[in-house]
Amino acid sequence: MIPAPFDHITPRTLDEAIRALASHGEEAKLLAGGHSLLPMMKLRLARPKLLVDLSRIAELSGIEAERDRIFIGALTTHYRIESSELLKEKCPLLPQTARVIGDVQVRNRGTVGGSLAHADPAADMPAAMLAVGAELLARGPEGERWLKAEDFFLGLMTTALGPSEILTKIRVPVLSGHHGTAYLKVPQKASGFAIVGVAVWLRVERQLCTEIGVGVTGLDAKPFRARRVEERMKGTNLAQSLVQAASSQVTQGVSPLDDIHASAEFRAHLARVYTARAIQEAAKRAGV
Amino acid sequence: MPISKLVGARVKRREDPRLIRGLAHYVDDIQLPNVLHAAILRSPYAHARIRAMRTDQARRHPGVVAVVTGNEIRDQVGCVPVASQNPTLRVPKRYVLAVDKVCFVGEGVVVVVAEDRYAARDALDLIEVDYEPLPVVSDPEKALASGAPVIHPEWPDNVAFRFDLKQGNLAKAFKEAERVVKQRLIHQRLAPIAIEPRGVLARYLPGEDELTLWSSTQIPHILKTQLSVMLKLPENRVRVIAPEVGGGFGSKLNVYAEEGLIGHLAIKLKRPVKWIEGRRENMQGTIHGRGQVGEVEVAVKKDGTILGLQYRVIADIGAYHQLLTPGIPPLTGLMLSGAYKIPALAIEVTGVFTNKVATDAYRGAGRPEATYVIERIIDRVAQELAIDPVKIRQKNFPRPKEFPFKTATGLIYDSGNYQGALNKALRLSGYQGWRGEQRKLREKGRYLGIGLSTYVEICGMGPSAAMPAGGWESGTVRVEPTGKVTVLTGVSPHGQGQETSFAQIVADEFGVPLDDIHVIHGDTAVVPSGIGTFGSRATAVGGTAVFQAAQKVKEKAREIAAHLLESDPEDLVFSESRFSVKGVPKKGVSLQEIALEAHLARNLPKKMEPGLTATSVFEPANFTFPFGAHICIVEVDPETGRIEIRKYVAVDDCGKVINPLLVDGQIHGGIAQGLGQALLEEVVYDEEGQLLTGSLMDYALPKAEDLPRLELARTETPTPVNPLGVKGVGEAGTIGSTPAIVNAVVDALAPFGVTHVDMPLKPEKIWRLCREKKERRAEGAG
Ligand SMILES: Cc1cc2nc3c(=O)[nH]c(=O)nc-3n(C[C@H](O)[C@H](O)[C@H](O)COP(=O)(O)OP(=O)(O)OC[C@H]3O[C@@H](n4cnc5c(N)ncnc54)[C@H](O)[C@@H]3O)c2cc1C
Repeated sequence: MIPAPFDHITPRTLDEAIRALASHGEEAKLLAGGHSLLPMMKLRLARPKLLVDLSRIAELSGIEAERDRIFIGALTTHYRIESSELLKEKCPLLPQTARVIGDVQVRNRGTVGGSLAHADPAADMPAAMLAVGAELLARGPEGERWLKAEDFFLGLMTTALGPSEILTKIRVPVLSGHHGTAYLKVPQKASGFAIVGVAVWLRVERQLCTEIGVGVTGLDAKPFRARRVEERMKGTNLAQSLVQAASSQVTQGVSPLDDIHASAEFRAHLARVYTARAIQEAAKRAGV
Repeated sequence: MPISKLVGARVKRREDPRLIRGLAHYVDDIQLPNVLHAAILRSPYAHARIRAMRTDQARRHPGVVAVVTGNEIRDQVGCVPVASQNPTLRVPKRYVLAVDKVCFVGEGVVVVVAEDRYAARDALDLIEVDYEPLPVVSDPEKALASGAPVIHPEWPDNVAFRFDLKQGNLAKAFKEAERVVKQRLIHQRLAPIAIEPRGVLARYLPGEDELTLWSSTQIPHILKTQLSVMLKLPENRVRVIAPEVGGGFGSKLNVYAEEGLIGHLAIKLKRPVKWIEGRRENMQGTIHGRGQVGEVEVAVKKDGTILGLQYRVIADIGAYHQLLTPGIPPLTGLMLSGAYKIPALAIEVTGVFTNKVATDAYRGAGRPEATYVIERIIDRVAQELAIDPVKIRQKNFPRPKEFPFKTATGLIYDSGNYQGALNKALRLSGYQGWRGEQRKLREKGRYLGIGLSTYVEICGMGPSAAMPAGGWESGTVRVEPTGKVTVLTGVSPHGQGQETSFAQIVADEFGVPLDDIHVIHGDTAVVPSGIGTFGSRATAVGGTAVFQAAQKVKEKAREIAAHLLESDPEDLVFSESRFSVKGVPKKGVSLQEIALEAHLARNLPKKMEPGLTATSVFEPANFTFPFGAHICIVEVDPETGRIEIRKYVAVDDCGKVINPLLVDGQIHGGIAQGLGQALLEEVVYDEEGQLLTGSLMDYALPKAEDLPRLELARTETPTPVNPLGVKGVGEAGTIGSTPAIVNAVVDALAPFGVTHVDMPLKPEKIWRLCREKKERRAEGAG
C-alpha cells in the first residue's frame, strides 16, 4: 500500500494552484481531503506526479449566508456541513446527507468539493446538491464560471470541470416556506457508499406540493435529478398512491449499475422503494 | 483450599494500558539497525505457467539490494509444511516463491529486498513476468467434474484428500425413518482479517550462527521447529519471538511461505530483513476460513426423534495445503452430532483443490460448520413436522446424568447441562412472549423471526494422541529472590488476555498481589517449550500447566518453610502468602523469605536443589466441550430485504470462569464474527479465480452499528478434564451465533414458504426469495 513517487506542493492562493495545474497538465492532481485520491494512489490506480494540496488556501473553506443563498467553500469538510447550525436551519438536506457519509474519520477529512469533483457514482453529496439545485463555481486560467449541479456530472467519475479548473464554491438556496427534506440511503455494507441514495426536498403550500427536487445516487453511472418523478409529484397532495406511482418513474431511462453488491434489477427496485420512502419522509417533515 | 479472591473476579485486562496508549510492540514496531525491507511480487493470475522473467531493471533500481525468484532458491528453502496423518492426503509442493507455475492470485513470485520499503515496492513495478495463462477452476464442485482444469498434474481428479467416518446402523435409521429431511448448505469462504496483518522480521548473527525471527504468529514454538526444517538450520540455533500480535483468529496458526523466505534472506544477505503484509496481500495470500458445500440428510421419527444423519461435503482447499488445512473439515465431521443423541452418523468429506488461496483454521475451525449443519437441519425438521424448535431440541438432548456422553462420532462430551442453558436463554429472551408477538405482527404483514441455536463445541485442544503436533502445554512459575513471581507459558496470547487470567490463577495460589506477577509468553528462548494458542486451549491446557507449576512451587516452598521453622510440612498452614505453624500464627515465614532462602541456598533441606521454580507440562486426557444456547429475534422487511436484529440473548457455558470480563469479551467478539458470516461476509472469486473482495471496501466486516445489544448470561458446568474446571471460550460466540441468526431469518420468512436461505443473508437474496414465493403463490391461487 505504497503509492508511486510524487511531489507535493501547498500553494497559498488559488491562482498559484491553477498555475501549477496548468503547467503540469495530466501529471498534476488536486489534493483536498485525500480520502478518495490517496486510496487510489496507494493501489497505484492513480499515479499523479504532482499533488497540489489545497489545504492552505483559506478562501476555500467556510459556510456563509447571503440573502437567500448559502455559499459553501469547496474545502469544507463533511463534518462541518453536518454540524453547521446555519445549514441545519436553512438547508437541512445537506447536513442530513453529510451525516451518513462514511464514518467520523472520513467526515473529518473528506470535503464537499472533493466529493463532487471526484464524482463517484455512489457518493452521497451529489444527490443532495442535485435535489436542492445547487450551483458550482469553477475557476480556471480563463476565469470563473457557474455550473448547475445538473450540468456538472457527466458520467462515471467525470465532471464538467476542465483539466486546470478548481471547484471553489457551492451555492445552495435557502429553503423557505413549508418545506421538508430527507436523504435515505441503502449503504453498501463494506464501504458505506450508497447502493442507492435518494435526496428529496419539497415545498408544500395549502397541502399541495408546489416545488420538489429529487436527486438520486448509486443507481446509474452518474448521479442525476429525477425530473420525471418531480413532474408527477408537483401540484399533488403527496398521497401515498401518487408517491408510489411517481417513484416508479425513477428508473426510466436509467441503466442501473450491476456489481457484486447489488444486481441492476435490485438496485432499480431499491431506487423505486427508497424514492417513495424519501418523498414520504420529506412530506411528513413538511407537515403533510 | 485457599479462598479464591481473584479467580472469578472481573479484573480489568492488564494488557490494555499499553495497547491503548500505543506503547505495545508489534513486529513493525521493532527497530533493528541496518534492516532491509522486502516486498513480494504476487501473481495476478489464478493459474499460469511462468515462461520468463526479467528482473534486471529491478535489480538496478536505486536502493535495491537483492531480487530473488523461486527458481533461484527452490533447493535452498524447504516447502511450506502441512501437519496431517490422513493417509489419503495429497501434498503438492508449495515453494516459498512459485517455481515455473502459479496456482492462485496472490501467490508469491519474486521478492525484492531494498534499503527501504518504498524502493522495494517501486522495484516491483519494474519486474516483468511473462505468464502463459492456464485454464482456471475456482468452484470446488466444478473442480470435481470430469474435464475440469487440472491444478496439479499428479492428481487429475483435483482431489486433495478424503475423510470418512461412519458409526451406527445408518441404513436401519433411514429405513425406520418416518420422515427424511435433506438440505444443501453452503459455508462461504471468509477472510479472518486480523487487524494487524502478518509481519516477519528476521536477523541472523553469523558469528553466533543464530537466527531470530519475529513473527506475528500464534505458535512460536511450532514455527521454530518448522523453520529449522525449512531453513536446514539446527533447531537450537533458531529463536522465534511472537511480539505483540494484533489478532489472529486462526490465520496466524500457521507456517507461511513468507516466514521461511524472510528467514532465508536474512541468512543469505547477513542483514536483518523485514516484511510487513499489506491488507490486500492479507486478503489474497493469508488463509481463508470455511469454504464447504455439503448436503445433509436426517432420518427422524414424527415426534422429532433423530435416528440418523448423513453429511456429504466438499471442502474447498485452495491450490495448496497450509499447516492444518486437511484437519479442519474432519473437525466438522467429528462435531456433527451437535448437542444431540444421534445413534447413527456418516460423514464423507472430499477435499478439493481449486485455484484459490488455501483454507485453514478460522475462529471455530470446522465447528461453526458442524453447528450450522445440525442447527439448521434440526430447524428444518421442526418446520416440516410443525414442532416447536425448542421442543425438538429438548427431545434429543442427552440428560445431565448421561455425561460423560459418548457420541456416535466417537467423542466423549465431558460434562453438560444443555437443557439448563436453554431454559435460561428462553427465560431471558421471553421466548413465549415473542411467539405471541410474531403471530400478531404477521397479521399486520410484518415479519418477525425467532431463531435458536443450542450448540456444543470442542475445545481445550487437546490430548496429544488426537493432535497433529502435540496437545500438551507447558507452564513455568518462578519466585524470584525478591519475591516477585515470573510466569512463563507456552501458549501465545494475542488478544485473549492471559497475562491477566494466568496472573489471577497464580495470585490466588500464592496470595500475592496481581502486580507482583509477570506473565511472559511468545519467546522460544525464554519459554522452554510450548504448543501455542488455538482451539480455545490456552486456559484449559496452558492455564492448568501454570496452575500445576504454581502448586509444585508451593509444595517446595512448604518443605523449605518446614525446614526453616523446624516443623513438619503437614503442620503448616498457608495464608496471605505465608506459611505458619498450625495454631502458632506468629511462627511463620513468608513466600518472599522462602524464595530468597531458596536462592541463597545456605540453609535448604538436604539434597534439595536451590531455587524456587517449577515447570509443569499438562497433557489433557480429553477435549472439553463448552455449550450454550443463543436466541436471536429479527424483523425482516420483505420489500427491501433488510434484517433488523431486535434482540439477542446468549447463554454460554464454558465451565469455570476465571475472569467474567474476558469471557464476555470473547463472546462479544465471537458473536460479531458469527454475525458477519450470517449476514455480511463472503470472499468472492470470479470464474477466472480473480478475487473480487480484495479490500475492506468490498469485503463487509461487521461494524459497531451492525451489532445489536448483546444480552449475555452463563451457566457454569465445570469440566472434569482439568483441575481448574475450565473449558475454553475463544470460539464459542462464533460457533453459537451464526445458526441462531440464520434460523431467525428463515423463521421470519416462513409465511412466504421459505425453508432455507444461504449465507450471507444479503438483502437482495431475501428480497428475491420473498418475491419469487409470492409470485408462485399468486400463480397457484390464480
Ligand atoms: C473508508 C471510506 C468511506 C467512505 N464512505 C463514503 C460514503 O459513505 N459516502 C460518500 O459519499 N463518500 C464516502 N467516502 C468518500 C469521502 O467522502 C471522500 O473524502 C470524498 O468523496 C472525496 O473528498 P476528498 O476531500 O477526500 O477528496 P480527494 O480524495 O482529496 O480528491 C478526490 C478527487 O477530487 C479532486 N478534487 C478535490 N478537490 C477538488 C476541487 N476543489 N476542485 C477540483 N477537483 C478537486 C482531486 O484531485 C481528486 O481527483 C469514503 C471514503 C473512505 C476512505
